[in-house]
Amino acid sequence: MWDTILFGYVPYVFITIAIVGIVWRFTTDKYSWSSLSSQFLENRVLFFGSFPWHMGIILILLAHIIILLIPQSVLAWNSAVPRLYALEISGLALGILTLFGLVMFIYRRLTDSRVRSVTSSWDVLVLIVLVIQIVTGLGNAILYKWGSNWLAGAASPWVWSIILFSPKVAYVANLPLVTKIHIFNAMVIILLIPFTRFVHFLAFVGPLKYMTRPYQVVRWYSRAPRTEALRQYK
Amino acid sequence: MDVRAQLSMTFHLDKCIGCHTCSVACKNVWTTRQGAEYMWWNNVETKPGAGYPLTWEDQERFRGGWEVTSSGQLRLKLLKGPGKLRTLANIFFQPNLPTIDDYYEPFTFDYDNLFNAPAGDDQPVARPKSLITGEFMDKIAIGPNWDDDFGGSPVYASNDPNLKVLSDSQKEMLTKFHKLFYFYFPRICNHCLNPGCVASCPSGALYKRGEDGIVLLDQEVCRAWRFCVSACPYKKPYFNWASGKSEKCIFCYPRTETSQPNACAHACTGRIRYVGVILYDADRIEETAKLPQERLVEAMRDIVLDPNDPKVVEAARKNGIEDNWIEAAQNSPSYKFFKKWRLSMPHHPEFRTLPMNFYLPPLSPILHQAKSDKGGTFDPESAEFFNDIELMRIPLKYLAQLLSGGNEGVVMESLKKQMAVRMYTRQMRVGDVGEARVRGALNEAGITEQDALDIYKLVALAQYKERFVIPEIHREIKTTVDPRTMYEKRGHVGFGFKRREFVARKW
Repeated sequence: MWDTILFGYVPYVFITIAIVGIVWRFTTDKYSWSSLSSQFLENRVLFFGSFPWHMGIILILLAHIIILLIPQSVLAWNSAVPRLYALEISGLALGILTLFGLVMFIYRRLTDSRVRSVTSSWDVLVLIVLVIQIVTGLGNAILYKWGSNWLAGAASPWVWSIILFSPKVAYVANLPLVTKIHIFNAMVIILLIPFTRFVHFLAFVGPLKYMTRPYQVVRWYSRAPRTEALRQYK
Repeated sequence: MDVRAQLSMTFHLDKCIGCHTCSVACKNVWTTRQGAEYMWWNNVETKPGAGYPLTWEDQERFRGGWEVTSSGQLRLKLLKGPGKLRTLANIFFQPNLPTIDDYYEPFTFDYDNLFNAPAGDDQPVARPKSLITGEFMDKIAIGPNWDDDFGGSPVYASNDPNLKVLSDSQKEMLTKFHKLFYFYFPRICNHCLNPGCVASCPSGALYKRGEDGIVLLDQEVCRAWRFCVSACPYKKPYFNWASGKSEKCIFCYPRTETSQPNACAHACTGRIRYVGVILYDADRIEETAKLPQERLVEAMRDIVLDPNDPKVVEAARKNGIEDNWIEAAQNSPSYKFFKKWRLSMPHHPEFRTLPMNFYLPPLSPILHQAKSDKGGTFDPESAEFFNDIELMRIPLKYLAQLLSGGNEGVVMESLKKQMAVRMYTRQMRVGDVGEARVRGALNEAGITEQDALDIYKLVALAQYKERFVIPEIHREIKTTVDPRTMYEKRGHVGFGFKRREFVARKW
């Protein structure tokens, strides 16, 4: 019963709210479409927080997405034991890296009065949600070994069933509690994207465009907007 | 030839008395908001001095400005090595960002206590309070002009990055009272032709306006990556810690568009500031920025075009520059100082951003140190007052480091001209210098008597309309906002939205 609600209906509710919220925030409040940086106020501890955290989380998240979307290839990779070991150990290492970064974040928010003054209650919620996610994730990795294998077998079909609008809750119903919390909390994170600094997940487009953009930008008000490729200094 | 117009400010350093009226005018108009308290879009530094933020000229640390790579390419110093990929690598933590401690922690005082303290044995005091945390501060450790007038000079002035080039005996002058020299250096954003801030912005929020060359930051596009703060060698974009957006000097464009001078320039009590239009050739920006640093001042004079040349005027018209702008360029004090008379020069051209504000190097204090070494004193009333510029108190090397990328020749040229003008006017008023000596000085400096008279008039007598030759922008034709949204956007000053009223955002 609860499983059906939490893993059959709630995902759609959360994802719908997230999409509507993202569109709403983008159209009405583009100004705040980023994460409020506090490096200017404190940058020593931040280095040990931000760098490990972002490097770790980006790689581990990519791994999750690959396992969930193309499980067969991961199972094929894992068919050789040394490769399975390599994948699992690097996953665990990345998890520990993110935990370290997160602890630094929390330590910084608690101890630095300047950073505290720019911390909102949404930021506190974000940190709580992330702690739950990382701790349960590490719990999975340590308590229930070879997650990359059984994740491909159990969670991946569930994710696909959600995507294809025919939720098959049975895939996740029998998973351990820690894993269920991890999965549900992931949906909470998606839900929170439009309401918190998580929205900066979607701010990476600018830096990617920067890679191919000419250095200089000129805006004219007396000339029509340029349609051809931008040229330096023009 | 791609002729563009650029608003440019010129500062006559000899006349700056370091009163900070400009800074206060700017602060009152633009930066009395939460998150912006520490910002001084216009600030005045005592030179030699560490400056604001501390040691901002030290590009080893902040990596601002450009460098020419071994393959002859122009590259941001910030992007050393892999180039733009470095932006991606540093996007989560920016190693070259100054922090609030490099500026100062903004503070107020607990004035209420002076009125509301209960009766007691002691005089109530107003303790300093941080404007960031709202907590009491033990003491104010640093402020925006901590080293004003050489306060704490052994600590502050001796950390001036420009002093590296001086000999030990020259550095010694900082500690010997009778040899001491200092002068004031007002700074605003230079609205460069090759701006580092614009080039570094991963979001493309910074841009140069095509019509008047003002460099602005689009608050709606800024995503708080903070690369502009590091990439600007002058440290003129500032990060607003409350709104999470960078901000910078906007050259008071709402005023200049209606042909009023900037708040700082208008407020200047010493009348040291001149604002005018400069026409330049945008096709040659890149090649100019790449030249060896001693040649940069000359090259910048070269890229600035003569607004009286019919060919330039024709090309300007073809490029859509309106007649009132061309006329303003012809009467522009900035053009006259920079190119016609070759008196003013850019600030740190070796940063290769091609800054568009210019400074007349200070001639005072002229009392040269060789004389005082002998224990002699000067009679400022005597003709002897006009002494050898090589022996002037401010080392030429120091000025060259500041204003010409180390090229002492161009600084010398300017000083000689200024000196010749002084001698010329003294001969005119007092008559004790001697015709022959004046003519000799004018010849040596390479200016005519008419030039000397014109320079004298512009630096000493010029009225409001001669100091500020700012053409209107035809807002009815050119507008910074979509005319359909003008009504709802009225009241915006460009920082956040009107309804937001500058409160810190909560997410």
